[in-house]
Amino acid sequence: MYDVEVIREDFPILQRRVGERPLVYLDSANTSQKPRQVVDAIAEHYLTHNANVARAMHLLGAEATAAFEGGRSKVAGFVGAARPEEIVFTKNASEALNLAASSLGASLRPGDEVVISVMEHHSNIVPWQLACQRSGATLRWFDITDDGRLDLEKAERDRLINERTKVVSLTWVSNVLGTRNPIALIAAQAHAVGATMVVDASQAVPHQATDVAALGADLVAFTGHKMVGPTGIGVLWGRYDLLAELPPYQGGGEMIEVVEMERSTYAAPPHRFEAGTPPIAQAVGLGAAVDYLTGLGMEAIAAHEEALTAYALDKLTSIDGVVILGPTEAVERGSAISFNIAGVHPHDVMQVLDSRGVAIRGGHHCARPLHKRLGHQSSTRASSYLYTTQGEIDALADALVFTRDYFAPKFGGRS
Amino acid sequence: MNIDELYQTIILDHYREKHHSGLRDGYDAEVHHVNPSCGDELTLRVHLDGDTIADISYLGEGCSISQASTSVMTDLLIGGTTAHALELHDKFLEMMQSQGRIEPDEDVFEDAIAFAGVSKFPARVKCALLGWSALRDATLQATVKEN
Repeated sequence: MYDVEVIREDFPILQRRVGERPLVYLDSANTSQKPRQVVDAIAEHYLTHNANVARAMHLLGAEATAAFEGGRSKVAGFVGAARPEEIVFTKNASEALNLAASSLGASLRPGDEVVISVMEHHSNIVPWQLACQRSGATLRWFDITDDGRLDLEKAERDRLINERTKVVSLTWVSNVLGTRNPIALIAAQAHAVGATMVVDASQAVPHQATDVAALGADLVAFTGHKMVGPTGIGVLWGRYDLLAELPPYQGGGEMIEVVEMERSTYAAPPHRFEAGTPPIAQAVGLGAAVDYLTGLGMEAIAAHEEALTAYALDKLTSIDGVVILGPTEAVERGSAISFNIAGVHPHDVMQVLDSRGVAIRGGHHCARPLHKRLGHQSSTRASSYLYTTQGEIDALADALVFTRDYFAPKFGGRS
Repeated sequence: MNIDELYQTIILDHYREKHHSGLRDGYDAEVHHVNPSCGDELTLRVHLDGDTIADISYLGEGCSISQASTSVMTDLLIGGTTAHALELHDKFLEMMQSQGRIEPDEDVFEDAIAFAGVSKFPARVKCALLGWSALRDATLQATVKEN
């Protein structure tokens, strides 16, 4: 374990105050805060090594290329990739999933099936809808149980994964429910019928040690800004032999081998999938983020968050009028906790909490089908990270009681 | 930021007890408007009698600001002319975009003056406008149909 108060000194933004109160940042599933080490690495790159990559042959070009590819190597090591060339840089996780859907979608045919789940973020739903609309393939999905887990029995009964299944794309950890899905199990089912397994790991990679080989997936998407890295860079990890078979996603500079006016041949992965000037400084920043996380230790981060999640679930379930969406025990779950206060809309909860310095998110969290399935129009989400303290969870709980009493006269508030 | 400035008693009263709520038959136009960033949804119907707005009925799910704003709006516009409704829409829009600079005229806006405070909370302006935008859309559609 590490001393969270010492860690917080690396994040100057956490010292901010909102009026009279300290900032309580509980929106890390939306985006994480950045340590000084990451910001410094980006500034250092721009101020002393900036040039374009690959195509610039001068000294600075060589330095920038080394820094960019160095970021790729660090990310590869961080997730257990077999080689750096398995790491494709995109602009975010959404683009990584769009790349997967577009390139895998090119070989889909009418009669083929793509399987997702009702708990997906819109970025793991809409790209597959588009791929199915273009190809004539059918989109199917896992339902969930009432306690917010994948309904594996129903999937089995419905023969959800079958010989027509070509792609299964699932979130590893739900951005709303916090549920951690049994990816290795589903990947084995997908592989048994010859389907490709895609994983949205946006809410997992920042919070726990990741070994893509053990996960059993073929393609894994995640994003830099949720793992103390900069915005503007996402990652698609892919098994190299699969990436080598896939057609390009976007055309442009640096993704080619030879260009004729009639046709072109393409570069090998990962550059085949990185048209145009890539997010260079962001790759440097992401490399620094990976160093920072590795320095703390992913096991220590996971242990810190698990203890905090258990504490928060205990606190929130004891507040009269608060309903938790998803698992209420800190077992096989991430640190995002979504909930509703009876009679108070999440937007109003968010507003009152904001006035007390507590930053959370209210809305459908880009998961409208999931909310519809749960019978909630929207929800409020508190999400912690490696720098979150128990004191901040206490501040959240106090602010929720205040909010409930502010709006609901039946709880003794103003009428 | 003082939230009492946002959550005026008028707003909370309308939120708890929405006026003219529910969908009624005999309408000339129906629209469905959403606020995609937060998920608020509103189905709104307009029933015209010549140039007069005979009824506005609606079914909405959303925050106190969006719900109260729609409720207050129906009080203001039912029984008035379509021209008056469209004019008031424009004035309300102007007030909401003023970041608190426009002091609303109580004779014109009645309970809707309570939303002047909302214009100081940029993230919530869209909430206050949801019902008004739907009303404008439905009124224009109904007018085209009438003619």
